[in-house]
Amino acid sequence: MLSFVAQRVLKGVIVLLAIVVLNFFLIRLAPGDPAVVMAGEAGASDQVFVKQLREKFGLDKPLPEQLFIYVKGVVTLDLGFSFRQQAPVAKLIGERLPATLLLTLTAFAISLALGILFGTFAARFAGTFLDTAITVFALIFYAMPLFWVALMGILLFSVTMDWLPSFGYETVGANLTGLAHAVDVAKHLIMPAMTLGLFFMATYTRMTRASMLEVKRLDFVKTARAKGLSDAVIQRRHVLRNALLPVVTLAGVHSGTLIGGAVITETVFAWPGIGRLMYDALLQRDYNLLLGVFVICSAMVLVFNLITDLVYRLVDPRIEFAA
Amino acid sequence: MKQFWKSMLKSPSGVIGLIILLLAISVALFGPMLFPNSPWRMVQRPFLPPFTLSTVPLGTDALGRDVFAGMIFGARVSLLVGLVSTLVALVVGVPIGAMAGYFGGKVDDALMRFTEFFQTIPSFALAIVLVAILQPSIYSIVASIALVSWPPVARLVRGEVLSLRTREYVQAAVVTGQSNSWIILREILPNALSPVIVLASLMVATAILLESSLSFLGLGDPNLISWGYMVGAGRTVIRQAWWITVFPGVAILISVLGLNLIGEGLNDALNPRLSREGR
Repeated sequence: MLSFVAQRVLKGVIVLLAIVVLNFFLIRLAPGDPAVVMAGEAGASDQVFVKQLREKFGLDKPLPEQLFIYVKGVVTLDLGFSFRQQAPVAKLIGERLPATLLLTLTAFAISLALGILFGTFAARFAGTFLDTAITVFALIFYAMPLFWVALMGILLFSVTMDWLPSFGYETVGANLTGLAHAVDVAKHLIMPAMTLGLFFMATYTRMTRASMLEVKRLDFVKTARAKGLSDAVIQRRHVLRNALLPVVTLAGVHSGTLIGGAVITETVFAWPGIGRLMYDALLQRDYNLLLGVFVICSAMVLVFNLITDLVYRLVDPRIEFAA
Repeated sequence: MKQFWKSMLKSPSGVIGLIILLLAISVALFGPMLFPNSPWRMVQRPFLPPFTLSTVPLGTDALGRDVFAGMIFGARVSLLVGLVSTLVALVVGVPIGAMAGYFGGKVDDALMRFTEFFQTIPSFALAIVLVAILQPSIYSIVASIALVSWPPVARLVRGEVLSLRTREYVQAAVVTGQSNSWIILREILPNALSPVIVLASLMVATAILLESSLSFLGLGDPNLISWGYMVGAGRTVIRQAWWITVFPGVAILISVLGLNLIGEGLNDALNPRLSREGR
């Protein structure tokens, strides 16, 4: 178990380093002087700052040396300085990270729980009206662009019915504490999290349904039935447990999409996470901040993939760790 | 081929998908001829609600531009970007997957690590960064969508080639001294085609979603109107004018749904054994 984790962590670190190197070349892909590019849109930066950047990143030195300086900086969590926001990139990201984690993890939990639930129902009642209804809804949710779902949510629940707040993390100026604050945040969280989760819920529903129908026909299920086990036990312990494996794999594959979706969701709902930060960086052509967020997003995906790998090993009845 | 169309037309999702796609393609091709209103020109007062004037059936946006015209011209961008970026992704992914599967060993290892690397990077975030750095244009959008969507193609083709490589007819070709490229191109790839076609139809749908998301964030080609751009432009005035955001979004939803349905239909038609087992 330990060596497996160590191996995976090592692999993740290598991939992350490769992403940092990719980042380095991305900056140089932009038209113009990298120092000016890093400082932000032309005209936004002053000469002194550009000169500082040029010295700091050794832009007059040969390329391999520049690469080394850059990678060293990122490894020590120095992601550079955002001239636009007048703050270090790492600090800006650090402040926004908790909000993004809250949003993505809530969305993930909702989508996984509901997706498995609906998928199980659809498989259990395959061929009936319930199955068709679930399948059709999943197809539609699967095809809806995220930003549009977000706007339709606002139109329906904020503008028309006035049930939920349409933007922000908490009520500005309310200064709530304790439970009242938590309830306030939850109210603001529910629409962004549902929006972000809807697409994934549709995916997991489809996957769970297909996979349960497939597992159901396998021999070991027949054996379980022949042993005289009750239907509920077979469904839960034999079918569902095995059917969940591809769902877990899919969850790992989708972690990047989840982060990408957070950019859109946070933009529409003005949720103060790193997705929104990325959008702001985009608007201001603040490339240093943009690439910093990109590296952190990639790191999050790697961590998430590692976790799903571990979960897979725990769920899969065929793999057992020697204690 | 006849058999293929027969089974394709038997699957309800395939039929619905085909109808939607044909509709979308004809709108993209002939729409602009029938409705020559430029989507950029002011044709009426701003915020004209839909269904009030027959010349501007879906109302106008905040600048008095025709929403219906925008939707028609937007169909071109969405379909074009979807198709071209998928083609580019296939051009990149198929050879990589084929080489990895055919040659195996170190080539396979190297190419698959490379593929996995691109698969780990959060694709939408990478697309944003690429388009922002290369400056938004139809070319940079197509290039970045293709760049983030080729890995699944490579993996799929690799798997197919890997299983086909050991077949007897391929061995026979090896024995008769055919060159590697001839074997890959003439013997293996044609037989690996059907799952690739299914994947490609789903990729067009994903590409349309990606393009609209990029345009929504303001990374669209500034000279071309697109559905995502329209929704993005209508976002700030959603409280006054719901129609500016609702209609283009429905257009995206229907096109993507159509392509996904085609994917399912193709899957049923091309892998009849698999789909029957799935029931």
